Amino acid sequence: MSGRAFVFGDNIDTDALAPGRYMKGSIEELAQHCLEAVAPTFAKQVRPGDVVVAGRNFGMGSSREQAAQALKMLGVSAVIAKSFGGIFYRNALNLGLPVVVCAETDSISEGDIVGVDLACGMVTNETSGRVLTGERLPAFLLDMLADGGLVPHLEKKFARQRAS
Amino acid sequence: MGMTLSEKIIARAAGRTSVAPGEIVTCSIDLAMIHDSGGPRRVEPILKRLGVGVWNPDRVVLITDHYVPATDDESRRIQSITRRFAADQAITNFYDQQGICHVVLPERGHLRPGMLVVGGDSHSPTGGAFAAYMFGVGATEMAGVLATGEIWLRVPETIRIDWTGRLSRGVSAKDMMLHLCARLGMDGGRYQAIEYSGEGVRALPMQERMTLSNMAAELGAQAGLIEADETTAKYLNAAGAPVDRSADWRSDADSRVSEHHVFDASALEPQVAAPHSPANAAPVTELAGTKIDIAYIGACTGAKLEDLRMAAEVLRGRKAAQHVALICAPASLRDQEIAQAEGTLGAIVEAGARLLPNACGICAGYGEDRFGEDVVAISSTARNFKGRMGAASSKVYLGSPYTTAASAIEGRIADPRPYLLRGKA
Repeated sequence: MSGRAFVFGDNIDTDALAPGRYMKGSIEELAQHCLEAVAPTFAKQVRPGDVVVAGRNFGMGSSREQAAQALKMLGVSAVIAKSFGGIFYRNALNLGLPVVVCAETDSISEGDIVGVDLACGMVTNETSGRVLTGERLPAFLLDMLADGGLVPHLEKKFARQRAS
Repeated sequence: MGMTLSEKIIARAAGRTSVAPGEIVTCSIDLAMIHDSGGPRRVEPILKRLGVGVWNPDRVVLITDHYVPATDDESRRIQSITRRFAADQAITNFYDQQGICHVVLPERGHLRPGMLVVGGDSHSPTGGAFAAYMFGVGATEMAGVLATGEIWLRVPETIRIDWTGRLSRGVSAKDMMLHLCARLGMDGGRYQAIEYSGEGVRALPMQERMTLSNMAAELGAQAGLIEADETTAKYLNAAGAPVDRSADWRSDADSRVSEHHVFDASALEPQVAAPHSPANAAPVTELAGTKIDIAYIGACTGAKLEDLRMAAEVLRGRKAAQHVALICAPASLRDQEIAQAEGTLGAIVEAGARLLPNACGICAGYGEDRFGEDVVAISSTARNFKGRMGAASSKVYLGSPYTTAASAIEGRIADPRPYLLRGKA
């Protein structure tokens, strides 16, 4: 997968990703306000396939998984960051949103075309030609992502159990 | 080599004799706590899709605290889904509008040392104050836990944070945590397990210890534990959850930690964190004089009984400045009732405080009282991210209940210590 990079700094929090005042309503509505406190035009400009690139501790704060769900709803194909808030990281994987830990995100600029190879944890900046090494996910998490997240993964598991 | 407290709990829950940091293990869940926001309305559709119910209703605690009070149709709908889920799934541990989950859970005797507990909320590390391994998960992961009774974990490294000496008068656990946020950063915990120890921690009452564990979340740790001792046992006995082998739930002397930080509690001054991060903390003297519009004593972090007592100590016999809206939302109904009976609440109300329900309220950015445009507030809560507690233009300073109360009186950020010294004389 590859897409245009939207670049953010350190400590992007879940209140920025999923503002509390929109939490009551639908995920479609919430997604329109995703990151508006730090990048007011993000939700309007992002297109399916684009990637979010960030510094340290992306998704820190609340356990609200709407933070990851909003990005997925907007069509973001992966989040690449130096590090993630732990709960956000698990939520993203559970919802089928690929996340890659990569120390070299500073070398990616806004609008660069960035490709992600999840299986080997590699990030390619197609604009600059630079290949960045990210952390490879453990096999069981790659399997879960391939199934589309935790719920379809469990569906398959339960179906297997019922069949046997 | 021995194991740390976290390793012992995870090994037990994973059915192993030992575990080492970095290993990925599957653990049985001793208890799952869910609330009205990330709970039934989000997990029920997933359980339906999977065609299963809750794996063990006796190991689930359901608490309403986010859409409380339900002042509009959508909130009422969420509450009715929540109540119906409790009935459908036969969840008898259901606390409806009794206060904030992190405070209600131990207050009603659901936590014990050595337990592995998940909570559907990011401040779930609060339970670590009881020597339990408790951490927060999102709704989908919680649905997976409710369906299977299991969760995967990467065994964390243990980061030891030692506090030597004892806090001075007017300095609290909240100040310790703001100081740690400034010193270690919002990702200093690296999603590993923090263990707080030392004389400064042992000297704290249970609810102050809960503040340390609660704000392990602000350090980016997965959990924040404190070994069990007599203070733990006394609290749990009173809560109807007696423990007899609490000594088992301590780190071995020869266990290994990945980081060891030492701080001096006796030298710590009251701290205030400037907008928009708890990591912007500095001694109160550096921010004193900043004019405020609102002083908020609320949330699991800052409105437990001990927090209310701190605020009352400063406010007793005094009034909030005329231009300041002093607001207090006691963290649980039971804490509020005790505060009422002992005169603590009276001192806060007589100082001019408006009381709000026992709920997450403004701290979670929910409800009618969210901060308006350009408001400047000081708050005893845990997070001051931009726009979290209201308008993006509002500015929130974080302080202890003492500091929030003193600032309410002066109408400006103020050092609480002079009030306490005068009060003593």
